[in-house]
Amino acid sequence: MKFTFSWLKDHLETEASLEEIAEKLSMLGLELEGVENPAEKLVPFVVGYVIEASQHPNADRLRVCRVETGSGEVQVVCGAPNARTGMYGVFAAAGSYVPGTELLLKSGQIRGIDSNGMLLSERELGLSDEHEGIIDLAPDGEAGDLKPGQPIAPILGLDDPVIDIAITPNRSDCLGVRGVARDLAAAGLGKLKPLSAPKIEGTFESPLKWVRDLPADLQEACPYVAGRSFRGVKNGPSPAWMQKRLKAIGLRPISALVDITNYVTFDLGRPLHVFDADKVKGNPTMRMARDGEEVLALDGRTYSLDPSMTVIADENGIEGIGGIMGGELSGCTEETTNVFLEVALFDPVRTAASGRKLGIVSDARYRFERGLDPDSARWGPEVAARWVLELCGGEASHVVSAGEIPDTSRSVTLRENRCESLGGVAVPAERQVAILEHLGFPVTSRKGRTLTCSVPSWRPDIVGEADLVEEVLRIQGYEDIPVTPLPRETALPRPALTDRQRRASAARNALCWAGLNECVTYSFIDEPTAELFGWDEPAIKLDNPISTDLVVMRPSVLTTLLQAAQRNADRGYGDVGLFEIGPLYQGDAPEGQDWTAAVVRAGESGPRHWNAPPRPRDAFDAKADAVAVLEAVGAPVENLQVSTDAPHWYHPGRSGQLRLGPKVLAAFGEVHPRILRRLDLKGPVVACEVFLEQVPPPKKAGKLKAAADLAPFQPVERDFAFVVDETVPAEKVLRAAKGADKALIAQVDLFDVFRGAALGEGKKSLALAVTLQPREATLTEEALEAVSAKIVAQVEKHCGGTLRG
Amino acid sequence: MTDLDSLKSELLTAAHAAPDLAALEALRVSGLGKKGRITQLMKGLGGLDPEARKAQGQALNLVKDALQSAIEARKAELEEVELERRLAEESLDVSLPARPREVGLVHPISQTMEELVAIFGEMGFTVAEGPHIEDDFHNFDALNIPPEHPARQEMDTFYFPEKPDGSRMVLRTHTSPVQVRTMQSTKPPIRVIAPGRTFRADHDATHSPMFHQVEGLVIDESTHMGHLKGTLIEFCRAYFGVDDLPVRFRPSYFPFTEPSAEVDIGCSKKGGQLVIGAGDDWLEILGCGMVNPKVLENCGIDSSKYQGFAFGMGIERIAMLKYGMPDLRPFYDSDIRWLRHYGFVPLETPSMVRGL
Repeated sequence: MKFTFSWLKDHLETEASLEEIAEKLSMLGLELEGVENPAEKLVPFVVGYVIEASQHPNADRLRVCRVETGSGEVQVVCGAPNARTGMYGVFAAAGSYVPGTELLLKSGQIRGIDSNGMLLSERELGLSDEHEGIIDLAPDGEAGDLKPGQPIAPILGLDDPVIDIAITPNRSDCLGVRGVARDLAAAGLGKLKPLSAPKIEGTFESPLKWVRDLPADLQEACPYVAGRSFRGVKNGPSPAWMQKRLKAIGLRPISALVDITNYVTFDLGRPLHVFDADKVKGNPTMRMARDGEEVLALDGRTYSLDPSMTVIADENGIEGIGGIMGGELSGCTEETTNVFLEVALFDPVRTAASGRKLGIVSDARYRFERGLDPDSARWGPEVAARWVLELCGGEASHVVSAGEIPDTSRSVTLRENRCESLGGVAVPAERQVAILEHLGFPVTSRKGRTLTCSVPSWRPDIVGEADLVEEVLRIQGYEDIPVTPLPRETALPRPALTDRQRRASAARNALCWAGLNECVTYSFIDEPTAELFGWDEPAIKLDNPISTDLVVMRPSVLTTLLQAAQRNADRGYGDVGLFEIGPLYQGDAPEGQDWTAAVVRAGESGPRHWNAPPRPRDAFDAKADAVAVLEAVGAPVENLQVSTDAPHWYHPGRSGQLRLGPKVLAAFGEVHPRILRRLDLKGPVVACEVFLEQVPPPKKAGKLKAAADLAPFQPVERDFAFVVDETVPAEKVLRAAKGADKALIAQVDLFDVFRGAALGEGKKSLALAVTLQPREATLTEEALEAVSAKIVAQVEKHCGGTLRG
Repeated sequence: MTDLDSLKSELLTAAHAAPDLAALEALRVSGLGKKGRITQLMKGLGGLDPEARKAQGQALNLVKDALQSAIEARKAELEEVELERRLAEESLDVSLPARPREVGLVHPISQTMEELVAIFGEMGFTVAEGPHIEDDFHNFDALNIPPEHPARQEMDTFYFPEKPDGSRMVLRTHTSPVQVRTMQSTKPPIRVIAPGRTFRADHDATHSPMFHQVEGLVIDESTHMGHLKGTLIEFCRAYFGVDDLPVRFRPSYFPFTEPSAEVDIGCSKKGGQLVIGAGDDWLEILGCGMVNPKVLENCGIDSSKYQGFAFGMGIERIAMLKYGMPDLRPFYDSDIRWLRHYGFVPLETPSMVRGL
């Protein structure tokens, strides 16, 4: 919302400076977006009087001017055809910056004659494109108060700073300058002048009458409309002062009648519309549009309407879209002499919906959808008549109307101590009353330390006590609220994180220490990639995606992480290790949005190194990552089982899942070559996903740890090699060996896998190192033999393995 | 000079002169081995009478001890020489690169979230979470944003397909639904922060369709706007590490708070360089206010008894301001160069005690 300083002063009697006003606006909740003072750019330029303009001796088109600048006479060579003796122009001294040409003016010679300044055209001053001649401040020869040396900005009327503020959606009352003035007055920056809306008596009956033709259940679409006719008006340009203000806030002056409607829209927040009465056939009627009806609007476009939209229609058809935009056909032109005025109230919600549907953004819609002061329908016809009669002459009819102005009067109470108990600052009751009354909330009763005030018609946003607290506080100033530390509920803070959140943090640490870099990628992906990862749930496909890359909620975190690896490879960084701890989405229910730690390792294990040659990443890198995460989050890693049923985006023979019984805690392995090809990635790429939500919560046994078992005897290591069928998983052999004597066997490590003709077809040899930890006494040879025999027997029994000779 | 003396002298000379460990070992064997000369002489003692045996035995023992000491001494000498020789041969070009041991880095969003938890945790807040795919009630209605509200229209919401009952799920446009869920499930007093992913259908240089927010909520019987100021001023100063950071509260509007405020922090933008701290400019960083009584009622909390404040801010934004990251988009691009440049070593979880 833009307005000029002088415009504000039409409503606010104030001695405050521009700076004070600008500062206060933000602190009132009318956030200052900017102040632009056009005079600042014009400081170097002054009135110059041409004492004499004579022909340049060496150039036909140039004149040599003796210019009185107020600080001495200066010679200027000038090429303008209108330069003449006795002229008042705009003088720029040598050394000043000329905005229109973006040049620094220098002294010099032009065709052998000294020139020490310049007389400027409008274009050179940056005001317009006018460059036919230099600015003539007194074209008719009447100098008036002009004196050489006067600053130019006030003379050109360019000393009115433009203030731009952001208006929050609740403050429709400040979408007119008057509302802003009211707030500033309440805050002590001046006095609100009375609204100038004298009742204008009509001199004839309006030939056009308003009609409301709305179904019973849609009466609120336009509860009330008023208007009046004007006859014998002359619609020329509006006065210069009005044009200047409209231009200053970015509007294009059109004609007096149209400018009046725009001016009142910004001055009082009251959109108006004027019809050329001679182009209206029959009585203008408020009704709902019919399916397929069209209207050519004032913006030159044709809009197709539907029955949810309120329109103004006559026998010719649609003449306007209610609260949004008038129609072109009945619009006012320079030739208009008879006018019919519309001052309506439209339903904010319907106006917003229609405006959105039609894609029309207008100053009227902006105000109607935020809620208009219903009382403006009462004073609107008077204000409009005043301007029309003043600027266009003619006569005004009596006011005509249809419908009822809705009664929005209501009272809200405010306990005198509420500013302190809710707002944190004690404001004396008298001060509260004064603030509220300044804002237009008359306090109607004060009983039992409770203020009751009536809410002014222009504040639809005020509904309860908290709203009044805000009104008092913002005028009092938020800076007056004492800073109060939040009292602690306990002397020491309780843990902020849940176990689940701690796990995510632990997983992050574990993966960083595994050399992986953390990423944060989008939760949504393109449809083809989603399908690659088995997406088939329509409920998680966006209805209004903004790009084909972001359509479906990802069914696996690997989708976006693999894409990230691909982007890095495209940039020349093919060997990367990335991880993300983030959600995957199985459905739209809260429980279908699971936290996952996902890892992608692409390319080789590192750069080429003189001593540690890199190797391609393989499934065991991914398995190690998965186990590292599970260990970090406190999963019982010892009890994990491996299965070979990883999801289909993994290589079927080089992947697995880590389980606790039926619960899958993690999947790992090489990424399926088909997926890599589709994602344009060179393999092998390995990955894992750890489903953090599946990890059982820590057992609630407190923090106590079991006593350490530090046997005083040396451990003994024995090696075994078993020949088993190729199909027997190593884990099964390890488990069998370990289970042979749970008390004595501390650890079993698998240190070799061997396949060879000597073993026979479909056989492999697994070499185990078994660590025995005696607890009672040093192991005797017999005891050692006994446990060895048990190990061999167990592996034979469970895995069909034989000890290799 | 007796035979024994000359034997001793011979053996000791040989010991001192032994050129290497092998010669020394040969000498030990020839002197003290099973068939060594001293051993032989010891064996011969049996044939002597007790007196002579004793005397001769003592003499032999002296020779044996002397030889043993001489061998030990020479061995140490030779080992020292051998070590020196080896050391002279054994040299590495230690300027060669060591075997790589890479540590990955924490994403700035995670780091910032941990910092937020550290600060607000210290003030007694716990961390709450909620789903990203939300229903209208939690994302809008409960927060006093009815369907026709301009704020709802301006939020650029991502929608999911309409269900048979006409309802539509949305991607949460803010983390406020977590506040709603917390109020529905927890009896006051409440003190939570809710950091997490949020989504808006907007994509340009300064907007990402997915970004992160943190919101805070305090509900009890007496928390007022002074506490809101106290909490957020402390937060801003702790987070940016500027003790005298100016913090300004301006009236504003949010449907879910009343009164509402926007918070600015002091900064200077001289020479195009943004510096957070006392300066001649302000930078808006968060929105806040006292929870609107309607929101409390919508969440089943008695607004005549309970009150409190809420606040919210963008995590990327405060990270960019604190760490001088100029652009938003690279946060989600996973460019390894960016991750390595702006990431954080996972050495220490942020904490107020250690410093942020």
